[in-house]
Amino acid sequence: MKNTGNILSEREKILGRIREALKISAPLPGSHGEVATHAHAESPASHAREWLPSVGASSVEQFDLFAKNAADLKADFQLFSSRDELSAALKKISAAEKWSRIASHDGELSNFASASLGLPVLLTDKGYDVQEMEKCDAGISECDALIAQTGGVVVTSRSAGGRALSVLPPHHIVIARREQLVPDLPAAFALLQQKYAPDFPSMISFITGPSRTGDIERILVLGAHGPKKLTVLCF
Amino acid sequence: MTVTLFIPCFIDALFPRAGISMVEILERLGHKVVCPNEIACCGQPPFNSGYWDEARTIAAPALEKLKDAEAVVIGSGSCGAMIKKFYPELFAKTPQAELAKQVASRTWEFSDFLVSKLGVTDLGAKFPHKVTFHDGCHGLRELGIKSAPRALLGKVSGLEFVEMKEESCCGFGGTFSAKFPMISTAMGEVKCAAATETGADFIVSNDSSCLMHIQGLLSRQGSKLKTIHLAEVLNQK
Amino acid sequence: MSFVSQFKFLASEKTRDLRHRSVIRTALRSYEVVRDKRKAAFQSWESARQAAAETKWEAINHLDTHLESLVSKLESRGTKVHWASNSAQAREIISQILRDKKARSIIKSKAMTSEEIHLNHALEKEGFTVVESDLGEFIVQLRHEPPYHIVFPSMHLTRGEIKDLFQKELGDAPSDSPEELTMVARRVMRQKYIQADVGFTGGNFAIAETGMISITENEGNARLTAALPKTMVTLMGIEKVLPRFSDLALFLPMLATAGAGQPMTCYNTMYSGPRQPGECDGPEEWHVILLDNRRTELLADAEQRDSLHCIRCGACLNVCPIFRNVGGHTYGTTYSGPVGAVITPHLRGLQDWKHLSNASSLCGACTEACPVKIDLHHHLLQNRRNASASEPAFFEKLAYKIFAIVANEPAFWSLAKKIGWLTQPLQSLVKGSALDPAKAWTKTRDLPPQPLESFKDWWKNRQ
Repeated sequence: MKNTGNILSEREKILGRIREALKISAPLPGSHGEVATHAHAESPASHAREWLPSVGASSVEQFDLFAKNAADLKADFQLFSSRDELSAALKKISAAEKWSRIASHDGELSNFASASLGLPVLLTDKGYDVQEMEKCDAGISECDALIAQTGGVVVTSRSAGGRALSVLPPHHIVIARREQLVPDLPAAFALLQQKYAPDFPSMISFITGPSRTGDIERILVLGAHGPKKLTVLCF
Repeated sequence: MTVTLFIPCFIDALFPRAGISMVEILERLGHKVVCPNEIACCGQPPFNSGYWDEARTIAAPALEKLKDAEAVVIGSGSCGAMIKKFYPELFAKTPQAELAKQVASRTWEFSDFLVSKLGVTDLGAKFPHKVTFHDGCHGLRELGIKSAPRALLGKVSGLEFVEMKEESCCGFGGTFSAKFPMISTAMGEVKCAAATETGADFIVSNDSSCLMHIQGLLSRQGSKLKTIHLAEVLNQK
Repeated sequence: MSFVSQFKFLASEKTRDLRHRSVIRTALRSYEVVRDKRKAAFQSWESARQAAAETKWEAINHLDTHLESLVSKLESRGTKVHWASNSAQAREIISQILRDKKARSIIKSKAMTSEEIHLNHALEKEGFTVVESDLGEFIVQLRHEPPYHIVFPSMHLTRGEIKDLFQKELGDAPSDSPEELTMVARRVMRQKYIQADVGFTGGNFAIAETGMISITENEGNARLTAALPKTMVTLMGIEKVLPRFSDLALFLPMLATAGAGQPMTCYNTMYSGPRQPGECDGPEEWHVILLDNRRTELLADAEQRDSLHCIRCGACLNVCPIFRNVGGHTYGTTYSGPVGAVITPHLRGLQDWKHLSNASSLCGACTEACPVKIDLHHHLLQNRRNASASEPAFFEKLAYKIFAIVANEPAFWSLAKKIGWLTQPLQSLVKGSALDPAKAWTKTRDLPPQPLESFKDWWKNRQ
């Protein structure tokens, strides 16, 4: 504890209290009150894969699982054999929902998707007017991964056109490649770490279904504030 | 073997038939039963209220009396938990710490003793009624007792067993029932409703203190549902 | 009125309110069904719990190291980190940020710590406009009441009540359909996100390894709060730390499962800084305020230190028979239910708040439900022990002393039983009245009849 007569910052006071408190050890959970002197060398959560819901070993099983989970979440998942099929499906959605403007970002997949629609596109990359994005019917973005275990997608502020594109427009369309499917959450976190560390995008988001709430009588309602619809188009 | 039967204070004073049934069952199984007259209470009331010195005043002599017992059997989940789980804690850092651990390791709740220690489930009992079972929380969560009573009831001739749809605390909680009677009563009402919904004639439990509270509510409601201790059911012919 | 009297008064009202009991049971029954399904989907929920408990042990028992790593990484990417020892300091830091930014309107996503420091009231007094964006929080804000439950703030309300509320406060309530009511909130919130000067959030987890704060939500309101306003402010308790980024792979699904019976909450978002060079949107400034507010005192209690492992999932509230019968508001605290009963004495004073630890049957359902294996119900017992050790209740202590004497002496015990049997007829005369010493019991329950022959009598006659 400092004793220089200087005023301690709150940081030093708080850290000081923490260090003082931790002079006495607390028992490790499951050790029946015996005081622990050290934790395991390995991270306790490193075997998470063995305890989380199982995902199946093959790519086919994992795609089936992703499809099932996405359906449970009321997200729309479509798997295509070619880009052209994907474009056609996207055009159908646009026509059915009568889109007149969309928002997107500059990316190989998002570009070809937007281009196929022939609609005015608000691109976010160089900055944008939020009020303009608010007028868009859909936001089209890429993603970092699809997760079979959860039926969800991972986006970042670097790979999916910023922070708002994947959450402000009422319909979020994700364009993904088959190879982007990862089996489970541990794999997704490992992928992010490998891809970005130490210079992470300022936002990483795991999106698992369209926006929802159960705050009124625990009845599920979609589109609480984020998108009411989430569509994942994969080829 | 020689079984030291610890009869909790409320069974002694209010529900002696439960204790008598336990003696008769154990003797029929060929064991010698001793009931030390000097032990009246395990010390749980002051312990649960946080008065651990007073709890030790009661528990220490009880511990001494059980020192040489071959096997200690208690007819209550909550008193069983007191000795098995909480005596070691109550006496930690005292001269009786080791003794408390020793006695705890030789202590069983009644149904657990029959099934786990003696390996007995069929007592040749007969009880032709529809029953449901209330798991006393201490027995359930501190001692992990859930299958033993059901295994025993499953062998009772003529007994039809039905499980309550939801499992929840009856609301007795010792002095809690008097300190927070409105909450205790509400919890008991939920339990009584769950039991009534099963259509059973009897609610069975391994804890008379729970049954005392449940019966108190049922009687006040004028319900036809009756409560009975597990040992009494197992002693019916 | 003292806190305990207030608690008993509210508890008496609520436990008699059968409509409330029914609303809560319906809500929690639907939670139980999905929760059990999700737990069963785990290959081993119990192994996951043990690992989660050990991870939190590691985090809390090396809290200083982890906080230093977290902060240094946050600061290296431009985040401004503040440390607040107590509520007043936290409020002042936040107010100062708002004044510096000349902010007028604040959009908030859910943050229980902001309830803890009574932030909204303080900011409104200073003339700021604060809007809660989470639907449940928005609803209780309109009703001028605190959240009912840490995860489901408006669990106690029916759709009809919410319709009436919206009609009264917003003039907009087309029907009582949850869908339409939610769309009303969505409409109201839209421009508030876009126009707010400051976005305020809480934090579910703070990752020491990578310098991130992870926010869990279903609605997307926190994501919008963290995307659109120019300034973002995050308030978080110091105990929210996890050591590694990969730990989230375990904690996020466990939080969702235990908290809401979901496989994953809809949005789990990790923030590592304000808008970075090359990014097209996001706040220009991000302030993170780390709150102590007596958590370090709880830390110093090694026996109860694991209460700081809490991930605020609400599972213990959901299974607690006391919570289900008295409801969240009766507690009168920010954190209700079992975890609230455990920590409030540490955060606000033992003698004032010990009654929450007493108002429990110690059934242990909470400990069983806790995804990080906090020894909740035993902590309630320890609070009772600590409370009576520092300030024993004279008559209660005396009563137990007398009880000990009677229990230890067979002759006294025998006499006590005889007296009990003899006074039974007297008891039935005064039953339920003011003269009845057993009134607490007999008001709602019949007493068991005491037989003439006790077990010990029978045993003695046998020999």
